[in-house]
Amino acid sequence: MAEQSADNGTNNNATAGSTGTYLIRGAAILGAGAEDLLIRDGIIAGRGTDLSADGATIIDADGLIALPGMVDVHTHLREPGREDAETVETGTRAAALGGFTAVHAMANSTPVADTAGVVEQVHSLGRAAGWVDVRPVGAVTVGLAGEQLAELGAMADSRARVRMFSDDGICVHDPVLMRRALEYVKAFDGVVAQHAQEPRLTAGAQMNEGDVSAVLGLTGWPAVAEESIIARDVLLTQHVGSRLHVCHVSTAGSVEIIRWAKARGINVTAEVTPHHLLLTDELVRSYDPVYKVNPPLRTDADVQALRAALADGTIDVVGTDHAPHPSEHKECEWAQAAMGMTGLETALSVVQHAMIETGLMTWADFARATSFAPAGIGRLSDQGRPLEEGEPANIILVDPAARWTVDPSTMATMGRNSPFRGMELPGKVMATFFKGHPTVLDGKLNTPYRHPADAATAPAGGY
Amino acid sequence: MKHLLSTEGLSLGNAVRILDTAEEMAAVGDREVKKLPALRGRTVVNLFFEDSTRTRISFEAAAKRLSADVINFAAKGSSVSKGESLKDTAQTLSAMGADAVVIRHWASGAPHRLAATDWIDAAVINAGDGTHEHPTQALLDAFTMRRHWTKLAGLPSTGADLKGMRVAIAGDVLHSRVARSNVWLLRTLGAEVTLVAPPTLLPIGVEQWPCSVSYNMDETLEKGVDAVMMLRVQGERMNASYFPSTREYSRRWGFDDNRLRALDSLGLKDTIIMHPGPMNRGLEISAAAADSPRSTVLAQVRNGVSVRMAALYLLLSGDTREPAATLKESN
Repeated sequence: MAEQSADNGTNNNATAGSTGTYLIRGAAILGAGAEDLLIRDGIIAGRGTDLSADGATIIDADGLIALPGMVDVHTHLREPGREDAETVETGTRAAALGGFTAVHAMANSTPVADTAGVVEQVHSLGRAAGWVDVRPVGAVTVGLAGEQLAELGAMADSRARVRMFSDDGICVHDPVLMRRALEYVKAFDGVVAQHAQEPRLTAGAQMNEGDVSAVLGLTGWPAVAEESIIARDVLLTQHVGSRLHVCHVSTAGSVEIIRWAKARGINVTAEVTPHHLLLTDELVRSYDPVYKVNPPLRTDADVQALRAALADGTIDVVGTDHAPHPSEHKECEWAQAAMGMTGLETALSVVQHAMIETGLMTWADFARATSFAPAGIGRLSDQGRPLEEGEPANIILVDPAARWTVDPSTMATMGRNSPFRGMELPGKVMATFFKGHPTVLDGKLNTPYRHPADAATAPAGGY
Repeated sequence: MKHLLSTEGLSLGNAVRILDTAEEMAAVGDREVKKLPALRGRTVVNLFFEDSTRTRISFEAAAKRLSADVINFAAKGSSVSKGESLKDTAQTLSAMGADAVVIRHWASGAPHRLAATDWIDAAVINAGDGTHEHPTQALLDAFTMRRHWTKLAGLPSTGADLKGMRVAIAGDVLHSRVARSNVWLLRTLGAEVTLVAPPTLLPIGVEQWPCSVSYNMDETLEKGVDAVMMLRVQGERMNASYFPSTREYSRRWGFDDNRLRALDSLGLKDTIIMHPGPMNRGLEISAAAADSPRSTVLAQVRNGVSVRMAALYLLLSGDTREPAATLKESN
């Protein structure tokens, strides 16, 4: 991607109200024909062929695909509390490099994001970092303890404007509490994102229960523990007329239940992680905890069912479940290791590999599953918009022909726990425009966006 | 072989080689001076994260009979109980120059982690990991069975396998590393294995294993069996509803006096009764069965030392180390 500046003033740090003018030349928009996109002051000012603009920075996008900025419904940024694992700054740098312009930060921080104060803190840390929109997810229950509803309304009304609530990592297993949460969030158009895991069926569970766990002697995590909760929750959702989102669906049986629920008109959305689209429990034979994750890696039959479901829309979105951990939490026995994998910087490539290069999805489908649909679930009005004139300029440019070998030690995330380590994957994010400002250029981090209200107090550029 | 981690990937050739070497080691145990100079100057660490006096002293006796220096490292009362990681412990032992680490760990796969990482370069012997494997137990069981089976046939033990032998393994298969290691090794040696257990104590996925499965102890005996191996059942399984009561367990799945008599009435005069120990007398095995002439419990203990000597000798004596290309086999 060649880049030249038509004058000297545009490609420096964004200042209040002005993010400069960029002319993207010849990008295949959503993978279709090549067109130009003119970005001015945070907005797509034009789309067409042979556009020109005085003073614009020209970006040659020949061979690149333009997509709407990706929106992650499921990210663990670890701050506040576990800044040794990740911070909002490092996590959102990783997000920008991965092609994201918005992430939903899960509530299992320390303290838990169960009050307006904590979600506002995370929200403002995200604004100060300036790499992507950070949308805090509020906890459903106080302290994720599953006993008492958190002040969902206060979080919804806060400056963070929380719309997604989740005890992710822990299932809201009490059926009455789940019912109340689903009912209550109707008051502010919220959604409950459920981590579907029946706790009694998964006590001490270490990996998918099946042929491999039988041999390895690791306590099994049956598919039914996920499926039974999803079945209950879709019925509760129907009963109270609310909105449910199912986090990280991992089994073929779950897909069937969600398909059935959607056919009945139940307002349920579902998410799949990139790792569940590619990896299976056979990898656990190594006992390498980099493959330990919740929900666990399943079988190839599950992987194929998840791919088909994402392609046909039964599963609405890809969510990374990006879960960085310090190395000592993975350099140990399997049973001692923390669950989770990093994912922000590999998501696009894994989905391209698993879904697009297999012919299951087009790049337009990719935009649906990684941007339009997740922005809708999170009720983000200025994300996941079409690449049309007048829309917010949240845009990424992707080189689909690139090939790269995953090396966790070079990633922007602090987590080194990538299960894709050493794999050659397709596709590279060459540029990310967030609110019209290039947070990534030439495949490298550029500079953060400065929110107009914050610009006066922000340090002048640099990071 | 560089490590002995499991029997799942142990070839027939290596299995028979260990058993044959164990025969030679057994001969040493019959001598007045029960000691060989083979591992003089080598250091063997018994790294035990789980209490197991029997297995630990068996390995200790084996290493000492081979003249190795033995260091016992029990996790309790050590830096491990203060939160030191497996990685730090392994690197510490490596810095002290351990040539072999015999590891017992409550976590399945812990020996694999030691062998697969660069934390330590020593040979790793799995002395029982979680509910995964206990390869030297299976080897000593196979050694005991092979002596019995070849004696019946009037053949020498050395070089033989277990083709045609019918073995029943009964009890808590789900939580048993002994059962897993035995299933793989006995398959490799050509024996026919039947697992006898309540359905709650069999793993999901057992149907893929190279054995048959029965829920009925009496039917299994009636079909004819040459060895019955009883697995230890922990009473606390009852509290997790794996079975209704210890008495019901004992009646349906235990080797009680009635079943001991049944062996006679079924004409199974050469059938042996095995147990890896420690036994719960009156639960999975009656006192009469444990003390009968059919019982091989003490022979198993004795053979354990020979088999562990063989494993240590084959892994540590330089001239028998295999080239790197074949080292992966036991992984």
